Amino acid sequence: MALAIPGTTGNPDTNCYDMSQSIQLHTFHGGLKLDGHKAISTSHPIKTAELPATLLLPVQQHIGQPADVIVKPGEQVFKGQKLTRASDYISAPIHAPTSGIISAVEERLVPHPSGLKALCIEIQTDGKDKWGEKVSYPDFRNTDIVTLRNHIRESGIVGLGGAAFPTSVKLNPGRSIDTLILNGAECEPYITCDDMLMREHAADIVEGMAIMQFMLSAEQCIIGIEDNKPEAIAAMRAAVKESELAAEVVAIPTIYPTGGEKQLIKILTNQEVPGDSLPADIGIVCQNVGTAKAVYDAVIHGQPLIDRVITVTGEGIAQPQNFLALIGTSMAELVAQAGGYKPGVKRLIMGGSMMGFALATDEIPIIKASNCILALTEVEQPPAQPCIRCGKCEQVCPALLLPQQLFWYAQAKDFDKIQDYHLFDCIECGCCAEVCPSHIPLVQYYRFAKTEIWNQEREKVKSDIARERHIFHEERLERLKKEKAERLAKKKAALKNRPKVGDAEAKKSEIEAALARVKAKKEKQTTTQKNIER
Amino acid sequence: MQFDTQTSPHLAGENSVAAMMRQVLYALVPGTLALIWFFGWGVLINLVLATIFATALEALVMVLRKRPVKAALGDYSAVVTAWLLAVTMPPLSPWWLTLIAVFFAIVVAKHLYGGLGYNPFNPAMVGYVVCLISFPVQMTSWLAPSGLAEHSVGFLASLQTILTGQLPASLSWDAITMATPLDNLRTETSLGKTLSEIRAEPLYGSLAGQGWEWAANFFFLGGFWLLYKKIITWHVPVALIVSLGVMAALFSLGNPDNFPPPTFHIFSGGAILGAFFIATDPVSGATSPRGRIVFGAGVGVLTYIIRTWGGYPDGIAFAVLLMNMAAPTIDYYTKPRVFGHKPE
Ligand code: SF4
Ligand code: SF4
Repeated sequence: MALAIPGTTGNPDTNCYDMSQSIQLHTFHGGLKLDGHKAISTSHPIKTAELPATLLLPVQQHIGQPADVIVKPGEQVFKGQKLTRASDYISAPIHAPTSGIISAVEERLVPHPSGLKALCIEIQTDGKDKWGEKVSYPDFRNTDIVTLRNHIRESGIVGLGGAAFPTSVKLNPGRSIDTLILNGAECEPYITCDDMLMREHAADIVEGMAIMQFMLSAEQCIIGIEDNKPEAIAAMRAAVKESELAAEVVAIPTIYPTGGEKQLIKILTNQEVPGDSLPADIGIVCQNVGTAKAVYDAVIHGQPLIDRVITVTGEGIAQPQNFLALIGTSMAELVAQAGGYKPGVKRLIMGGSMMGFALATDEIPIIKASNCILALTEVEQPPAQPCIRCGKCEQVCPALLLPQQLFWYAQAKDFDKIQDYHLFDCIECGCCAEVCPSHIPLVQYYRFAKTEIWNQEREKVKSDIARERHIFHEERLERLKKEKAERLAKKKAALKNRPKVGDAEAKKSEIEAALARVKAKKEKQTTTQKNIER
Repeated sequence: MQFDTQTSPHLAGENSVAAMMRQVLYALVPGTLALIWFFGWGVLINLVLATIFATALEALVMVLRKRPVKAALGDYSAVVTAWLLAVTMPPLSPWWLTLIAVFFAIVVAKHLYGGLGYNPFNPAMVGYVVCLISFPVQMTSWLAPSGLAEHSVGFLASLQTILTGQLPASLSWDAITMATPLDNLRTETSLGKTLSEIRAEPLYGSLAGQGWEWAANFFFLGGFWLLYKKIITWHVPVALIVSLGVMAALFSLGNPDNFPPPTFHIFSGGAILGAFFIATDPVSGATSPRGRIVFGAGVGVLTYIIRTWGGYPDGIAFAVLLMNMAAPTIDYYTKPRVFGHKPE
């Protein structure tokens, strides 16, 4: 049961650090104090984006197994209707964000660093915004936890902080949870969607947290927010006070990347999530504030994840602000609603300036993980120089890695060595590249190395399968040969004992035997085929 | 609309190699001025010559290697190397000696190993040591600090000496040069004098040696500037000075007549310059904080050993080069503990 934590009354007017804050803050190694560029997009309230004429929904918007499409072109769909079915435990469906007609199910450009196409569902909206069937559990405390979890899963909820990991999986940790942390740090420059969401929907977020607390039976609830968001902190403190939830809103120092899951956990609990484990393994579950709001919407109001708050900002945007936009809305359309581009815009980024990825075009939809569209003007990229081993990178690396060594081995394509230096503990925060005096695009090297290693592993799996198949094939040939020889021998023997001509009865039985043999052979072949396919 | 697609992070940081090197140059100014004050114009002339040589050689090598010349010159690393050589070589070294030192520093130690970032040895120290081994006489004829010399050498006389290798007729080497305190000390102790006798001589100032201790003070100042500007971290200088001091303290406590006290060791010769400007060279040193402590301490201990028992008066250069060799091993054994992992 939740323990009451004293001191959740905030006095936001003077200082967001509540003197009675009972949680002792800790630190993590490295990190950077960055210029937040946040104020430019927080002067307007969240605006509901106009209903677009078409929506394009990539089928895969989450981490995990792809989902199966269950609608066909020409089909009428209603708001909230499921369009795909989760194919596996770690998977998530998508839903129609509004009512309309499915106009295409085909490969389109999606927001992905590779710039590749992927399977998408296109909806021509009909403007009626007509809801389909809605399922909700307003009295969640008297609802079975498995039912709730299944509902969250079927509502397509994934982590909205950017990772898009299915929330229902995180809410099924398989062990007891001591601490539920709500991540409202939002440490990346430019992004303000969580900030605005907390300012405007604090009560819903807290209720969403209450649902998750109930499901996990977490003993302690902490909401971590960077101290550069005093309004959000105040709003959340007020909402917690109003609610039944014994949560503590904690102001944390503004140091990038405090919003990294492992960094936030370290700051709030002084615990390090072991390298190859999940927070749940040390009794902690961490969810984004946007995810909490989505859980609230789904459980209390029966609305699956069909929209989200997204920041459209940057020096290249005329009126930077936050929108509540339907998933699948084209980025170009949102930019237009934010007053369009300013002259000199050079780079378009999904996400913030530190970890977001650059997009070649704005003719792509926003997805569940899209927290920000960032348009930058003058982006100076001085040429890279050799590494001088100054160690600045390592001084700021929150994962305590040796970025210069990782770079060295990535450059040398020494993928064994680079894993000895814990490449896969790199969270790609970009701190190292930011401070590197030689302007080496370090993160690019790390991504390259990771991709190469994954490819190699995939190749290895593939070649293992191929080898097995080859062995199987050889065996089969061998067996067939043997069988043929046996058959021949039998035939010879049969010929010897052949009855005299005219014995019709005997002939008939012989034909039957031959047919049976053919049939048996066929059956055998199909099973072999199946084995191979497997 | 088409946009460019670079990887994150998207805003370039403000650090640059050129800016770092510029700060090093600024930090060298006070110590260099002090050297000029005490040892005359030769220091400045050397500095100018070394800079010209270094820039020309760097440009030449870049042309030969078919690399952009401007980028290499623009990072000021060659100037830093030249400057470090100029303040470590004797003030009236003939021009060709400086040229040889710079040649070995820039062409051999730096570019033959692949250029900036790839050199396993500290270029300036390679140049210095090559000259010290090949031309021990020239490399050890230090001028007497002003105030102790019988004659001071003017600007033109310095220029003439450096360019021709000949002193003007009115001066003699004996009259203007003097053994450095470190050098003097080892000669005199080997003659059986006790330290207190030796240090009563005017050559020795209050801490180490007249002139030298003041230059060291000003290099100290520059070192603090580098720390303040976060160009270097405290690890190497502190480890170096502390280890040198501890070694000196141990031996001088046991036998104060033969072994000078820590202050003498720290403030004489190239200890301070080495601690803040030479052993902190990132390229050829260790890279992690713990590694840097080991590296600095190694330089300190080796310096003491070479000064006390070795064949050369000052050991900083040799100690740095020896530790350069050990740097990869140090790095290997001082890997920091990765977040979420147990120490290896
Ligand atoms: S910051 Fe850049 S130059 Fe310095 S050690 Fe790291 S990678 Fe090398
Ligand atoms: S990107 Fe990776 S290596 Fe660089 S600072 Fe972040 S975690 Fe460390």
